[in-house]
Parts: sequence; C-alpha cells; structure tokens
Amino acid sequence: MSTVTTTADGPAVLVGFARALRAAGVDAGPDRVQAFLGALDVLRPGLRSDVYWAGRLTLCGNRDDLERYDRVFGAYFGPGPDARGRLPRPTPPPRLRLVVRDTGPSPAPAPRTEQDAPPAAALASSTEVLRHRDLAELTAAERDQLRRLLAAFALHGEPRRTARLRPARRGTVDPRRTVREMLRRGGEPARLRRHARADRPRRVVLLVDVSGSMAPYADALLRFAHAATHGAPARERARTEVFTIGTRLTRVTRELAHRDPDMAMHAVAAAVPDWRGGTRLGEMLRGFLDRWGQRGMARGAVVVVLSDGWERGDPALLAGQMRRLHRLAHRVVWANPRKARPGYAPLAAGMAAALPSVDAFVEGHSLAALERLAAVVRGADYA
Amino acid sequence: MRMSRAAGGAGEGLPTGPDEVRTRLEETGYLVDDGLAIACFLALKLHRPIFCEGDAGVGKTSLASALAQILGAPLIRLQCYEGIDVSQALYDWDFPRQLLHLRAAEAAGITDADRLEGELYDRRFLVARPLLRALETQPSVLLVDEVDRADDEFEAFLLELLSEYSVTIPELGTLYAESPPVVVLTSNRTREVHDALKRRCLYHWFDHPGFARELAIVRRRLPGVTLRLAEQVTALVQALRAEDLLKPPGVAETIDWAEALDALGATELDAELAVATLGSVLKYREDAERARGLDMTAILAARGA
Repeated sequence: MSTVTTTADGPAVLVGFARALRAAGVDAGPDRVQAFLGALDVLRPGLRSDVYWAGRLTLCGNRDDLERYDRVFGAYFGPGPDARGRLPRPTPPPRLRLVVRDTGPSPAPAPRTEQDAPPAAALASSTEVLRHRDLAELTAAERDQLRRLLAAFALHGEPRRTARLRPARRGTVDPRRTVREMLRRGGEPARLRRHARADRPRRVVLLVDVSGSMAPYADALLRFAHAATHGAPARERARTEVFTIGTRLTRVTRELAHRDPDMAMHAVAAAVPDWRGGTRLGEMLRGFLDRWGQRGMARGAVVVVLSDGWERGDPALLAGQMRRLHRLAHRVVWANPRKARPGYAPLAAGMAAALPSVDAFVEGHSLAALERLAAVVRGADYA
Repeated sequence: MRMSRAAGGAGEGLPTGPDEVRTRLEETGYLVDDGLAIACFLALKLHRPIFCEGDAGVGKTSLASALAQILGAPLIRLQCYEGIDVSQALYDWDFPRQLLHLRAAEAAGITDADRLEGELYDRRFLVARPLLRALETQPSVLLVDEVDRADDEFEAFLLELLSEYSVTIPELGTLYAESPPVVVLTSNRTREVHDALKRRCLYHWFDHPGFARELAIVRRRLPGVTLRLAEQVTALVQALRAEDLLKPPGVAETIDWAEALDALGATELDAELAVATLGSVLKYREDAERARGLDMTAILAARGA
C-alpha cells in the first residue's frame, strides 16, 4: 500500500484533481466533488487505493468515465506501484469538446447518371406526379407547389402510455375518486369512477444533414421539419426538436418557430454556418448525444436522421454513436433520399456502419416518401 | 440508534472500515474486491445508494442479499418494469377495507363527513409497497432491481425518494425514515439511466472477476465440486469471455455450469462433455457455434497441467 500526498493541503489537491477530470471529459460537478471529499473523510485519505476508489465511486457516472478516470488519476498522483495493469492501461484519447470546422471540398456527389430515369407518366394529375418526383429534379415552379403541399404536413410521435392515470370512461376502478364520491353521498353506493393510462405522443427529434451531398434535398427537408413542428397541436409543439448536421451541429428548433415558412428558412440560413460543407456524422452525433440526447432529449424519443450517410470521418465512431443513440431512443429512423435510386445499396461507409442500429430505413426523396416517413414516425409498421 | 438495531442480527453493528466489510461479506459467501468493499462501506456510512452497473450475472443482485445478511436486516426487493407506478412501488389505499369502514360507520349512524374522511385516510388503510416498506423497516436493505427497465417518470420519482428518504402522501402528510435504508440499484445498461439519479449514488462498475477470484467464488458456492473441475470450468469460461460473444457468460453461468457438471457426476472436464453441456453457459446459438470452433482441449490442457 502506498501513500499519496493529499494530507498537506488536502482539499485543494483533490479539487484540482476533479478539475483535471472535468478537462478530460468526466462530468465531475460540484456535488460529486463534495461527495468525493465526504467519502475521503470517512476513509484513509493518505492511502492511495482509498483515494482511487473514493474518487472512482463518487466522480464517475458511467463506464466510459472509468478509462478517463484511470488515466487522469495516474497522471495526477503518479503511476501506482502495484503494476496490476489497471492504471497504466493505454487508453483512448480524450473526448473532443470542440468540433473542428471542415473547410475541405465536399465529397464528389454520386454520379447523376441514374437520375435520368424515365419521367413519371405525364398525364397523371400534376400533384400526383409531384408527389413521387425526386426533390432534386424539380423546377422552380414545381418547388413552389411542393412548398404549399409540404406546409400541410404534421408529424406526430408514436404514442406511448404514460405512467400517469387519467379519469376515463372505462378502465380500472379509481378508488380515490370513487370513495370521495361515496363520502359525498354519505356512504351510499355511487357510480364507480374509473381511470386509465393516458397516451402521449413521443418526442420527435429530426437531425437534418445539410452537407454538400445533400444540398438538393436540404431546403425541402428543412421545410418538412418546419411543417412538422407547426402541424402538431400547440400542446405538443414543444415535443419536436430539429438539428442540422454537417461539419457543425446547430440546433434550429428556435429558428423554425417562425410561423411563416419563408421567414423560418431565412432564420435557419442565418443560423447554420456549414451549408454544403462536408459531413462528420459520427462527431456530430456524439456532440448531439453529449449535449442534448443523453440529458433527456433522445430518451424514449423517435429520432429521425435525414442523411445520405456520406461520412468523412471514421465509420467506427459513427457505428458506436449510433449504438449509443439506439440505446437511448425509442426508435431510430434513417431517411436516405438516395435509397430510392435504382440499384441503391447502402455502401457508403457511414451508412453501412449506421444501419445495424437503425430500426427503420426509409426513403426521403419525394413528397410521397416523406408522407411515408411521417407514418413510420407515427408508429406505422415499417415494411 | 442504527447500531443498536443492527446488533440484533449479525451481532457486531456497523462495520468500522472497508476491511471489516470485506471479511463480513466473505463470511456470507460473497467475495468482494477493494473497490466494492469501499463502496459498501461508504454506502453504509454516508447513506448513499450504490448504483451497480455491469453485465448480467456478475453479482449485482446478490450484493444486496449479502449486505442484508451482514446487517441482519430484511431484504426488500423492487423489480422495475416499464410503466411501474407509485401504486405498485410505493403505496396504495386498501379500497375494500375503506368501503367496509364506511358501511360500519353508516351502521353506527355516523354522519360527520369530515371526521369520516379523516378516519378513512388513516395509516391503517394504507398498503405499503416495497419502497414505503423499506422506509418504515429499520434497518433494511432496499434492492431496486433493473432500474433501466422503468421509465423516465419513475426515475424522477425515485430521485425524489432517494434524496430525502421521505415520502409525501397527500392524504396523510410526509413520512420520514428515521434511519435511511441501505439502497442498492442495479442496471443492465439496456438504457442509460438519467444522470441526475446517478449523481445521488456511488457508481460501481462490475467487471468480470479474474481467474483466481472467480475460482474462489465457485469453490465457495459449490464446496462439493472437485478442485480440478472447478479450475477447468473457470478457465474455460474465462477463455469464452475473451471471445467476441453476443452475451459473455457471467459468474452466475460459471456456477451453473460447474453445478450441472457435478450433477452429471463429472470430476473432470473434457472437450466432448464441455460441448454437450454448453447450454448452461451460452444462451445464443451464434455464441455456441463460435465456442464449438474453439480448441477446448488445448485450453483445458493448459490449465490442467
């Protein structure tokens, strides 16, 4: 058993240690630090193993923290004499806090040859044709019409039963209300009051890819997102969140709050710094999960990723983050406009890495496909 | 006051340090390492819940029963599931008895509604569910099992309960625990539990034990199994864990396997027998196929030599 020098000016050293941990990405907030000091108070603060375990038990919150903790502990208090292999284990680099702005050219878009597919039957009604046209191929006039059609959209999350009970016509007997009713009548039998579990729509989170390869779709998809946030009744409106992803992660829920779609689009355009750049899906997803998702936004939600899966970063990172997302979310839906192309196979490295953690993989290239997406989000079976 | 209560059970009151926790846990047959001993000591001393995370079958749930044994306290278990609510976890009113009371009051000619209502929502009509029972029983060990299966609302409610160790019942008022129960929460990590809940707790990650400790656990749990069989089973399970399996076997599976082999009358393990009884350890077809591809004879020979 070895000792560490914490007795001289104990708290300062320990608080410094906590600060080093925070710098390494461990969420060691003040209350945790207080718990750490409290734990050492009843242990032997001179003993290395007691300091190690007291910190590990109070300052860490999940398994990923443990590796960082070991690394920081080794660096801060010096390598331990007991070479049991726990402390000196090589560890992965610390979690990146800032995302590097990518200025390189975007990856070459997929060859456009298959876009020259035979046009849809010319005699069908124009709306019907538009419904199935690829968004990337529309003329300006058609876009206008599409916008009007998009505005009628509403996106409701799949309903979930809450643990809360509400008075209802049928369901189990509500003893409290029944007994109160009987009391009011002086103990005479009264009609049984009943209650049942309430249904609430799940939160919907949209992650819209605005990188270069998605440029033809981004505007329409953001309008879809706008319609999705406004179509719902006021009570549920707060339950839809929209983010853009590219080389930066931007939350645009607030910008989309403008009732007028064009105003909203202007606000979004001003807020998003990375139109038509590259894509770092893995890093973006990690940023989303670290800052919002894990704290509650993705929990039990229906998360929709609108992207073509072109990944410039490491596909392994994306795969890992998708697994993480999948553990948090109720359902993960991936809408890929390129899926509709004849002969499409999910070969883009990012797409292939993400697919195992995706519950529903749908298209997203036309109005009809977006309707289908809305149905999947509502809980329709994915076929 | 805690000390005097606990003295009725194991006899020695609260442990005075991590080492004592360890020896007393070992007396019950539950072997712990440094970290877990310190975690248990802090949980007892600082009244903080222990949040146990790790693969299934590494001893998260048995920790609670071992703690209950050393404290001589009853173990109160709450199994979580999606949609669990207050009336299943905390308390419920005894509706039929309330009605009976009303009828009786009516027969006696009592018509004072206020007084009747006061009587109706008396403590004696309250049915205590596990959480309330744990607050009222002193000392006690509360096991909140698989908290990752419950939903967010329940987590929020649990957070409130664990921070104050008190419960507010609208009709009755607030009930406090005189001395808080020892709380063990377990999670299989199928879902991330909210950070706010974790922050209340001591976080302990259960790793799979090393060879020596796992062997000691098997020997302790199954004294009738021969040393050689126990060694071979442990070595084989450790080798299986090193493979990339869908569900790596836990200590519980090692014990199951050794027990199964012992029931078959085996005193020694060979590759053929291992394959025949693989169902005790591996619960996925893909995993079993993968294991069959391993050179078990070599693993057994390496340890048997």
